[in-house]
Amino acid sequence: MNQQQKKEAEIFATQIRIETLKALGHLGFGHLGGALSIADLLSVLYGGEMKLNPQDPAWKDRDYLVCSKGHAGPGVYATLALKGYFPMEELLTINQGGTHLPSHCDRNLTPGIDMTTGSLGQGSSLAVGMALGQRLNHQDNYTYLILGDGEIEEGQVWEAASFAAQKKLGNLIAFVDWNKKQLDGYIKDINDFSNMDERFRAFGWDSFVINGHDVEAISDAIAHAKSNPDQPTCIILDTIKAYGCSFASEIELNHHITISAEQLASGLAELEAHLAKVVAE
Amino acid sequence: MALVLAAENVKETLEMRKALCATLTDLASSREDIVYLDADLYGSSGMKPFAAAFPDRAFNVGIAEANMIGVACGLSAAGKTPFVHSFGPFATRRCFDQIFLSGAYAKNTINVIGSDPGITAAYNGGTHMPFEDIALMRSIPTAVVVEPTDTTMLKSVVRQLADMRGVHYIRLKRKNAITVYDEGTTFQIGKSLTIREGNDVTLIACGIMVAQALEAAQLLHEQGIEARVIDMFTIKPIDEQAIVEAADDTGALVTCENHNVIGGLGSAVAEVVVKHTPVVMEMVGVEDEFGEVGTEDYLRQRFRLNAQHIVEKALKAIARRDA
Ligand SMILES: Cc1ncc(C[n+]2csc(CCOP(=O)(O)OP(=O)(O)O)c2C)c(N)n1
Ligand SMILES: [Mg+2]
Repeated sequence: MNQQQKKEAEIFATQIRIETLKALGHLGFGHLGGALSIADLLSVLYGGEMKLNPQDPAWKDRDYLVCSKGHAGPGVYATLALKGYFPMEELLTINQGGTHLPSHCDRNLTPGIDMTTGSLGQGSSLAVGMALGQRLNHQDNYTYLILGDGEIEEGQVWEAASFAAQKKLGNLIAFVDWNKKQLDGYIKDINDFSNMDERFRAFGWDSFVINGHDVEAISDAIAHAKSNPDQPTCIILDTIKAYGCSFASEIELNHHITISAEQLASGLAELEAHLAKVVAE
Repeated sequence: MALVLAAENVKETLEMRKALCATLTDLASSREDIVYLDADLYGSSGMKPFAAAFPDRAFNVGIAEANMIGVACGLSAAGKTPFVHSFGPFATRRCFDQIFLSGAYAKNTINVIGSDPGITAAYNGGTHMPFEDIALMRSIPTAVVVEPTDTTMLKSVVRQLADMRGVHYIRLKRKNAITVYDEGTTFQIGKSLTIREGNDVTLIACGIMVAQALEAAQLLHEQGIEARVIDMFTIKPIDEQAIVEAADDTGALVTCENHNVIGGLGSAVAEVVVKHTPVVMEMVGVEDEFGEVGTEDYLRQRFRLNAQHIVEKALKAIARRDA
């Protein structure tokens, strides 16, 4: 990533945060924390890393993204809207009856959403199947999988991990959003998974920890994963839940929060100021 | 059996989950065997006060429902009486084989609480909206399936289940229910309650549909039709006697459920009716569709789980009977 690309990725990430906050703020509540913590990853993936075509969401030669922590859907929707998959105004329909943008990702409702998720853990096996299918189709595509750090408590994730390594799925690149928290609080207090990278390596993957809010580090990590064609890679993203939006990141139990008009305004002001700073740099 | 109906069917001030927590906390203070397990949903189940009172008997297994069921069944084998909770689909569908085999087949005891039934999952959308949990749980041999109507009933039902052995499913609206009963009402698992008398047609309902059925009965009354309303809160074992009596007395039944019409209350009632006394039946419920995101009000219209639809079906049943 050169300086210009880095700047663009940082701008895009901030725009994703702004649009996610606007949409959930309009609704008055939502899974803001887990959507904001992956904004930098989404920026790198949709800003250039993934093969995709917003004009043809079902393009056969696209890369796949499975957002297995389906409640982060609003973050992905903001990304897709900014990329032109559908009009920005649609973001304000999130969760309203009849919407194309439900609380959890739905491949049958939203252009650009590759897989239906919401029951945690299931996206892992789906992504393994999609990566395996790409290989059977002789496609040189990648499948990207986003997991929550609470989500990986599901046994299914580890069944999928074991099989992916067995099949040497080098075209599967997974991310764990290590924001330290699940719904009821800190992971370490509930079902401690702090040595996730070790666990993934024990399951036959390449795995390492990076700063999940550093777009350059994310880009480098993906390049590293791609240099390893015979092994799936799991990149552990060290993140902060609700990163970039202080009113929300300062709330301890910030899995699903209400958002008042004042909080929305303060969050937007903070993000807009950050955007201006990045643009001016 | 005493029945004391609430003067008005209004939203309760006490949430169902608060009543559940208070009841289990009270029970646990005199019963060492009561244990509670959740799968990262203490924030939703409202069971934090229980965990604060009994930290050694409250477990958070993390986001691992199948494991939670298995652990609970093991605790049962060691003499405990487990109550476990997750959202309805994850408490049933997601770990069905564990409930079936580690639970019922192995004759362990487990009280499964599945919250946010049907359209009450609202903003959580289709993935979280169980229209099939009654069907699944009902198909397990020996399992008991209840859907408590309001807090007065819930408190009684939870206490009764704590004294029983086996696999029990509590289909729980988490937030505020519409009040139907006052203190003094006695509830017995397996016995329905006739909460409105009438001999022209019978409305058999459970869960949030009980209040809708009462509203429908009032609308029918305004048309000169007297509907009997039965609260069939135990879907299994179902109250055959009440169904047969209603079939004999009215010859026209309408079931009302916040669930797929396939496999749920409608199916359970039909199984009784065809065996004993075939009569005309109509079903109000979800017509073999998946859930969707939206408010409960929006979804009530969308899936036609409302009094107006019950009235239509009642009139249709009467017309078919009289044809
Ligand atoms: C199978 C399943 N169980 C429970 C839930 C309810 N739930 C939704 S999000 C969540 C916590 C997720 O924590 P984590 O994976 O860390 O997500 P993040 O912090 O990134 O938001 C839970 C328990 C669910 N959606 N699916
Ligand atoms: Mg987390």
